[in-house]
Amino acid sequence: MTEQVESLIRKDYSAGFHTNIESDTLKPGLDEDVVRFISAKKEEPEWMLEWRLKAFRAWQEMEEPTWAHVHYPTINFQALSYYSAPKSMADKPKSLAEVDPELLDMYAKLGIPLHEQEALAGVAVDAVIDSVSVVTTYRAKLEEAGVIFCPISEAIKRFPELVKKYLGTVVPQKDNFYAALNSAVFSDGSFVYIPKGTRCPMELSTYFRINEMNTGQFERTLIVADEGSYVSYLEGCTAPMRDENQLHAAVVELVALDDAQIKYSTVQNWYPGDKEGKGGIYNFVTKRGICHRNARISWTQVETGSAITWKYPSCILKGDNSVGEFYSVALTNNFQQADTGTKMIHIGKNTRSTIVAKGISAGRSQSAYRGLVRINAGAEGARNYTQCDSLLIGDRCGAHTFPYIESKNSSAQIEHEATTSKVSDDQLFLCQQRGLDAEKAVSMIVNGFCREVFKELPMEFAVEAGKLLEVSLEGSVG
Amino acid sequence: MLEIHNLNARVEGADILRNLSLSIKPGEVHAIMGPNGAGKSTLGNVLSGRPGYEVTSGEVLFNGKNLLELEIEERAREGLFLAFQYPVEIPGVTNMEFLKASVDARRKHLGMSDLSSFDFMKLARETSKKVSLDPAFLKRGVNEGFSGGEKKRNEIMQMMLLEPNLCILDETDSGLDIDALQVVAAGVNAMRDGKRSFIVVTHYQRLLDYIVPDFVHVLAAGRIVKTGGKDLALELEARGYAWLEDEGA
Repeated sequence: MTEQVESLIRKDYSAGFHTNIESDTLKPGLDEDVVRFISAKKEEPEWMLEWRLKAFRAWQEMEEPTWAHVHYPTINFQALSYYSAPKSMADKPKSLAEVDPELLDMYAKLGIPLHEQEALAGVAVDAVIDSVSVVTTYRAKLEEAGVIFCPISEAIKRFPELVKKYLGTVVPQKDNFYAALNSAVFSDGSFVYIPKGTRCPMELSTYFRINEMNTGQFERTLIVADEGSYVSYLEGCTAPMRDENQLHAAVVELVALDDAQIKYSTVQNWYPGDKEGKGGIYNFVTKRGICHRNARISWTQVETGSAITWKYPSCILKGDNSVGEFYSVALTNNFQQADTGTKMIHIGKNTRSTIVAKGISAGRSQSAYRGLVRINAGAEGARNYTQCDSLLIGDRCGAHTFPYIESKNSSAQIEHEATTSKVSDDQLFLCQQRGLDAEKAVSMIVNGFCREVFKELPMEFAVEAGKLLEVSLEGSVG
Repeated sequence: MLEIHNLNARVEGADILRNLSLSIKPGEVHAIMGPNGAGKSTLGNVLSGRPGYEVTSGEVLFNGKNLLELEIEERAREGLFLAFQYPVEIPGVTNMEFLKASVDARRKHLGMSDLSSFDFMKLARETSKKVSLDPAFLKRGVNEGFSGGEKKRNEIMQMMLLEPNLCILDETDSGLDIDALQVVAAGVNAMRDGKRSFIVVTHYQRLLDYIVPDFVHVLAAGRIVKTGGKDLALELEARGYAWLEDEGA
C-alpha cells in the first residue's frame, strides 16, 4: 500500500509556466527609500506614505515568529525585490482591449479568460500579477449596484475616506511580523465596499499570480460590508515553477457591519515545490475579519499549494449574536509543510462559531491544525463547535493538532471533536475491486473526506476544488 | 469461464492454497465449504488480486485470459465480482457516486457509453428496491453507518448493477438474520441466467437451502478434498468436516 500510495502522489504542477512579460522590477533590498518608492510609484497621498512608514519602523523592531510547526532556512529579506510590475502596466489600460495580450494569454492558461468573463455571468474578476492589479472586469455593472470593487491602489486615491476609516482596523500595522512587512510594502490588492442593505449582484473574485523571479508578493485586500449587506468573494492563487523559494505575505481584512454577511472563499494553489522539496512559495498570510452585531463571516479555504503555509483566517465576534465560520481543507504532499487553522474570538453575547478543518497529508509532508477559541468574560451564551479531522496517505507524513481553548465565561459551550484516519488498504481494494483505478479511488476517498467543506464553496468552485485535489494527489498510489 | 490449475498461494509467508484446481462453466453455481482456516476466503482474495496474497505457482484462466496478469481493476472490469465478508465504509463518498463510477468503468471496458446521471439514478433506485434497501441509502456514504445486513444487501445491489460474469460471495451469509438471508439469496437467484457463474463461499449449509448449488466442494488444508452435488452440503451438516480433513491430509 505504501508504495502504491507513494506513487499516486506524484504529479506535475499544471500552473507552473512563466510568462515572458517585460517587467519593471525594483532591485533587491528593503529600506525606507523602497517604501517611499512604492508609495510614489502608486502616486499615493501623504497619509498613506506615513501609514506605511509607521509599519516599516515597527517591522524593523520585530522578530520573525518561530512557533509554527514548520522548518525552513532563514529568509534574507534584503535579497528580495519588493516591487515588480509588468511594463505594459505603466500606461494603465482603460479597458480589456488595451491590456497586453501576453498577460491575457497567461490568464487564459490559468483558466480565467478575462474576455469570456463577460459571458460567464456572475463572476467579476480582479487579477493581480506580481504586485499590480491588471484589470477589473464587470466594473460597470457593479457600480450600478453601488458596489465598489477595484484595486486597492485606486481606492486609496478615489475613496480615501473609506480606506482611511477601515484600513488596519482589523489587522493593525504591528499585528505580527509579516503583517507589518505587508503594511509597509504592499503594492496592490483588492478593495470592496458593499453599501447598506445591498446584496452584491455577483460573486467577486481575485486571481493572484506571482510571475517574476525573486520577488515577494504582498497584496492587501480590504472588504467592507456595510449594514445589512451581503457579499461572496473568492480568491485563487498560482505561481510559476521556480527552484528558488518565493515569498508571499498577504493581509486580508474583512469588516462586516451590523447584520452584514461576508463569505470569503480561497482556492490556493501556489507552487508547492518539486518532489524533492526544492522551490515553492512561502505563504505567510494574515487574514482576519470583524463581525459587528448579527453579522456573519465565513472563511472557506482549499489549500493545496505552497511549500510552507502559515495562515489562520480568524473572526473577531465583537457584536452580539454574530457568527464566525471556518471551513478548511489543507492538502500537503511531497515535502510541503502547513501550519494552518483559525482563531475565533468571542466578545459579544450569544456569539457562535463553527470550525471544520480537514487536513490531508501525503508523501513526506507535515500538516498542522492550530486553532484558538477564546471566550471573553462578557460573551454570555457563546458557543463553539470544532471538528478537526486528519487523513494520512502513506506512512511517511505527519498530522498534528494544536487546539487552544480559553474560556472566561462559564455560560459558554465549547465542543471539540478530532479524528485521525488513514486511507486504508481495504478501502482502496474495495474501490479497485469495483473497477476503479487506484488514483481515481484515492481521489474519491479524499473528496469524500472533504465533502463537508466543499459544500460551503460556491458551486463552480467546489467542482474546481475537487479537481485540484485530484491533480495534487496524482501519483500518490500506483 | 474460469479454469484454475494447480494454484498455490501464500499469505504472510504461510502456504494457504496448495495445488488447487477448479473448473467452472458458464451458468454454474459452485459452493465452497470447509472448516476455518481451510483457505476459503483466500481463494476469493487471490482471484480478485487482493494485495498481500502471493501466488507462487499455478494458472488461472478467466474468459480465456490469464487472470493473474491483470490488475485488480482490470479483473473487475472483465466481470469478476467479489462480495465482501466485511464491507468497509468510505465516509463522505455517496453510494450513488461510487456506484456510478464503478458502472461507468465496467461499461467503458465493454465499449459502452456512460449512462446519463438520470438513467443511472433510475436504475439504482429500482435495484435498491430489489434488495429491500431504501433508495435513501444511495445518498449516504458507502456503507457509512450501515448495519451488517444493510452492508451485505448493498454488496448484492452493487453486484446487480455491475452485471458481472463471475460472482464470488465470500461468506455473505455471516451475521445475517433469516430475513436478510432470504433477500440476499433472492437477489442472487434473480441473477442466475444460465450464463453467469457463482462461487458461493460459506460455512453453513443454511445458505444453500436458498441458493441451490450445482456443485459443492470441500476445501481443507488449501485443496479441494471432495466434490459432490447439493446433497454433499447436507452430509457435511450432519457429519462435520473432520472425516474429510483426514482424507485431505
